[in-house]
Amino acid sequence: MFILLKRILKSGWQNFLRDKETIFPTIFVLLIAIFLASLIFFLRDVGGFLITSIKEKTDVSVYFKEDVSEEEILKVKEELLKIPEVKSVEYISREEAFQKFIERYKDNPSYMESLEMVGKNPFFAALNIRAFEAYQYPVIDEFFEKKELEALIDHRSYPKSKVVIDRIFSLTFLVERVGIVLAILFLIIAILVNFNTIRLAILNSKTEIEIQRMVGASNWFIKGPFLTQGIICGILAAFISLFILTSLCWFLSPKLEVFLAGLNIFNLYAKNFWILFLIQISTGILLAIISTTIAIRKYLRI
Amino acid sequence: MVRFQNVTKIYPASNSGKKETVALEDISFEIKEKEFVLIVGRSGAGKTTLLRLILAEEKPTQGKIFFEGQDISKIKPAKLPMLRQKIGTVFQDYKLLVKKNAYENVAYIMEALGFSDLEIKRDVPKVLEIVGLAEKANNFPVELSAGEKQRLAIARALIHRPKVILADEPTGNLDPYNTSAIIRLLLKIHQMGTTLILATHDKEIVNSLEKRVISLENGRLFRDEEKGRFVL
Repeated sequence: MFILLKRILKSGWQNFLRDKETIFPTIFVLLIAIFLASLIFFLRDVGGFLITSIKEKTDVSVYFKEDVSEEEILKVKEELLKIPEVKSVEYISREEAFQKFIERYKDNPSYMESLEMVGKNPFFAALNIRAFEAYQYPVIDEFFEKKELEALIDHRSYPKSKVVIDRIFSLTFLVERVGIVLAILFLIIAILVNFNTIRLAILNSKTEIEIQRMVGASNWFIKGPFLTQGIICGILAAFISLFILTSLCWFLSPKLEVFLAGLNIFNLYAKNFWILFLIQISTGILLAIISTTIAIRKYLRI
Repeated sequence: MVRFQNVTKIYPASNSGKKETVALEDISFEIKEKEFVLIVGRSGAGKTTLLRLILAEEKPTQGKIFFEGQDISKIKPAKLPMLRQKIGTVFQDYKLLVKKNAYENVAYIMEALGFSDLEIKRDVPKVLEIVGLAEKANNFPVELSAGEKQRLAIARALIHRPKVILADEPTGNLDPYNTSAIIRLLLKIHQMGTTLILATHDKEIVNSLEKRVISLENGRLFRDEEKGRFVL
């Protein structure tokens, strides 16, 4: 058994070294499929990061009239927390809002002068509300349309921020849909890759397989080297793809950081390196096994 | 060793309009161990089909074929390698593995049959020496002449000491000098105790050998003679 395995591996390696006409196109098409698979996975990660960071910065605020007591506002907060869509509610008192403004604009004389001219605390007490998902904000906003609450509320930020929230909402869906479309595209390419690899394997090996069968070689003794050759191609394509992806992330990371809300894609890539490595190697080996097996199954019959 | 019992082989009509072809019709004969038998006939007489049936590459439409007493007319695919390992084959178009050099082409059979590396290193150079290709062990088939390719095919057929060697028009592509060299080689192999079945339409070979001749015409066996001659 060991001697048979050793000979199969040796023969597969020899085929790989000698069969240059098949090897290069096979590695090339495998490389495209593997690279796309890992790119989709990686882009989903980048997209996910961006959406999360935008979501984190998104909330709606409700501003209460001056005469509304803190006790009443906290009651509203309690009620809000009972809504399943609400992730968190932060109470900002008039005083806190005033302090925050001063803290933020203390170096801006015109803002500070304006505040002095007003002569009193112009800020409203507010509740900053965050939903779990962007599409849940309308549900939360409906809560404030109750008559008893309308009397307490001066104004709400939702109508103004609705456009931004809707965009985030549609962006979330867009990224997911693009992911699905790319996945389908990848599938089609993978099928084409398989088909092409099979075709090449057939063109190059049909006579050889027939001769091997005729001289009495067992099925595994014939299949094995082809399978080994395919797996070597898959692994090599995976390493090339890994090299290209690493280089791309390395070179593009500083240039893209500004556009990607401070996201360093090389760091993200490094964080996901092993999972990406696994995806590329397994896609390479799997594609090679599938295509080689189909080719052999179809053409091993005499 | 090989027995044909009322064997008929019909190739059915094809969709492309090709009519049904009767390749062999009601053929019966027996070849004993260590015999040298010539299968003679014009092109299309059924010689190659007969050899393909022994190799179980084809199945008979009717009748039975026995190899060492075992009915191979309905042999299961899983048992094909075991049957073919007992047979050495030499073809007109050599059927060499183009990606392997001369040494590897011969060693491949021994590797497939599970011989040890030591046996392979010992036997392959010997057989290449017998067929006069010791100097060309590292050459690939494309670098060999027609005569050398056929001698390599014979070395490959011989290496695992098969019980029988089937040679299908082995001299069809060769000049007279190489033809005579190949026939001398086949005779030498037969003298070493191997059963030899040689299909040919070369009158000079048949008449010079003075061996058993089975003559085919239009798929029918019309003559089976000890020390036969080429009569068509």
